[in-house]
Amino acid sequence: MSKTITIDPVTRLEGHGKITLKTNEQGEVSEAYFTVTQVRGFEKFSQGRPFYEMPGLMARICGICPVSHLLASAKACEAIMSVTIPPTAAKLRRALNMAQTIQSHALSFFYLSSPDLLLGMDADPVDRNIFGVVKVDPELGRAGVALRRFGQHIIELLGKKRIHPGWIVPGGVTEPLESAKRDEILAMIPEAYANIRLALDWYKRIADRFRDEADHFANFPGAFLGMVGEDDGLEFTDGKLRLIDAEGKILVDKLEAAQFDDHFGEAVEPYSYMKFPYYKPLGYPEGSYRVGPLARLNIASHAGTPLADVEMKEFKQLANGPVPGSFYFHHARLIDILYGIEVIERIFSDPTILDTHVRATAGVNRLEGSGVAEAPRGTLVHHYKVDENGQMLWANLVIATGQNNNAMNRGVLQTAQRYVKGDKIVDGMLNRVEAVIRTFDPCLSCSTHAFGQMPLEIKLVGPDGITLDTVRRD
Amino acid sequence: MSVATDVKTLVIDGINVSARADQTILEVARENNIDIPTLCHLDGLSDVGACRLCLVEVKGSAKLNPSCVLKVEEGMEVTTSSDRLKHYRQTILELLFAERNHVCSVCVANGHCELQSLGQSQGLTHVRMPYRNPQLEVDASHERFVVDHNRCILCTRCVRVCGEVEGAHVWDVMGRGIDSMVITDLCDPWGESSCTRCGKCVQVCPTGALSDKSKVGSSHPKYPEFLTNLQVMREASREGL
Repeated sequence: MSKTITIDPVTRLEGHGKITLKTNEQGEVSEAYFTVTQVRGFEKFSQGRPFYEMPGLMARICGICPVSHLLASAKACEAIMSVTIPPTAAKLRRALNMAQTIQSHALSFFYLSSPDLLLGMDADPVDRNIFGVVKVDPELGRAGVALRRFGQHIIELLGKKRIHPGWIVPGGVTEPLESAKRDEILAMIPEAYANIRLALDWYKRIADRFRDEADHFANFPGAFLGMVGEDDGLEFTDGKLRLIDAEGKILVDKLEAAQFDDHFGEAVEPYSYMKFPYYKPLGYPEGSYRVGPLARLNIASHAGTPLADVEMKEFKQLANGPVPGSFYFHHARLIDILYGIEVIERIFSDPTILDTHVRATAGVNRLEGSGVAEAPRGTLVHHYKVDENGQMLWANLVIATGQNNNAMNRGVLQTAQRYVKGDKIVDGMLNRVEAVIRTFDPCLSCSTHAFGQMPLEIKLVGPDGITLDTVRRD
Repeated sequence: MSVATDVKTLVIDGINVSARADQTILEVARENNIDIPTLCHLDGLSDVGACRLCLVEVKGSAKLNPSCVLKVEEGMEVTTSSDRLKHYRQTILELLFAERNHVCSVCVANGHCELQSLGQSQGLTHVRMPYRNPQLEVDASHERFVVDHNRCILCTRCVRVCGEVEGAHVWDVMGRGIDSMVITDLCDPWGESSCTRCGKCVQVCPTGALSDKSKVGSSHPKYPEFLTNLQVMREASREGL
């Protein structure tokens, strides 16, 4: 008898999503859909606003990664202004972006996913949260909280506010760095290193326990998109885009933000408000690809900082070519954090960081502009068109999570087929289906939400509409 | 006329004060460190009593009076704060917030806005009326400035400073009631108007309605006190000092 299983909402995610599983007559999962149930409308209501308001306006999309939107938006504005920002401003922005990546990754890994990894996928949902983690492994919990605070505090020092800092503006940043703040940031670095070391060592110890999950959590060959630096190293802020295929062969390289539309399209499915970007030459859905920590590490040849280089070399041993398993997003996220701390240390150790020339000014010199940055969850593109007065006519945002949409849907199906079996729903089965989504750390509405505390109801419904089984979690 | 006849004595909030006959209650209260909230009033401009935030109670009068245009009288007893006044002031602010689109978080004046500050100082916690959410124009045709009618509260400071201080009278008010709009010249785009580009209107605008192009939030403080300095200097030059 065929059935429909709905997981709504999916817990421990940023935003609201729903998973629907359909089973066939044999009771096997035959179809799976990951649905994003909200529409935001930012592209529409920004129309008519002066373009230089866009970074502040767009940053309001998300309380977790406002910096990524600030950056991509400011860069799109700078394309409209046709300016190159002062080098110190570029360095300060790079530091802010890494602080953002660290705090967001700490949230994803420690608060949202470590409960599954430490306590097990089948643990009681009452304990399967950050408080449960702190109870069982206080050191790990403390390291997670401290790493998030490290990133947030740097954002607050530079941008005056932890959430929605207004410091990044078209042309650079509003204020130069004070030496006292630089010193405070540098003083926090040793503790951050110790915390990420602890987390990386712990992850490597327990990763083997999840071999089966690693094999079935969106583990398939596919393309990866991400930013790389001039030297093929990791880059989050001012690099160019590269797309590789499942074997690691470069499909597109040195792509500028303005060329994104030439190579990538966005498909729409009737069941979700989230779009499905794809690589045009391969079409949809064959041209779907993944972005984010796993993609970045698969694309770059090396990290470019000493400690992260060692970790990345080890990471690349996981597969002969690009690492295909999405479970390894977790591992890649920790390497991102380590790289971020090293970049922040390098930037604030450079005496030119106190330079006071941090903003370029210009009016409207082009009527169209695009900007790209690596958000914690992957490549983020803002594309704007303005009139001659600089008022917004049109905007399009290609969000990182959208680019993982197809992979998440495939991952949900793969995981459900492996773990959801029989007539009776068991919590651990469905938690694995949610956990595959969590590996991608999607930002659905792009705002933070409660962890593991949302009510969750799953129903098994027969083809005649009769509910066969219900599981409820409050 | 003797000096003695020019002086009035009155009571504000229980304090005995004296004032010149041509002074307003607002002036006298502020001279005596009694705070009355204002929005359309600005030192250096004529008063129009439009925003009604400076309403006060006068003993013997059932109605409330705007203190910025209320002249002192001998023996007056004035109250500047009471539950009734607080209720009225909060309601006025709520109506201002509900009338157009005041979205502080993404406004260019965030952190430097008199409407926002008054909301905080008057203890406004929420707006009880439904927001009207009108679709109003943003005019960025001027080389240096932008007018966003979504943030305009029709205080007419821009109209007064342009006419009274700059002497250009580019700004005026068009329409009536809720359809009123500040306009430049005969409702021409600001960039095509007879604007002298002095920027006084931007400096005196209490909200994000008038702003410098490309400046947002912390990079956009305003300095309306330039007006009193300017007047002191003009006065001095008239007197040949």
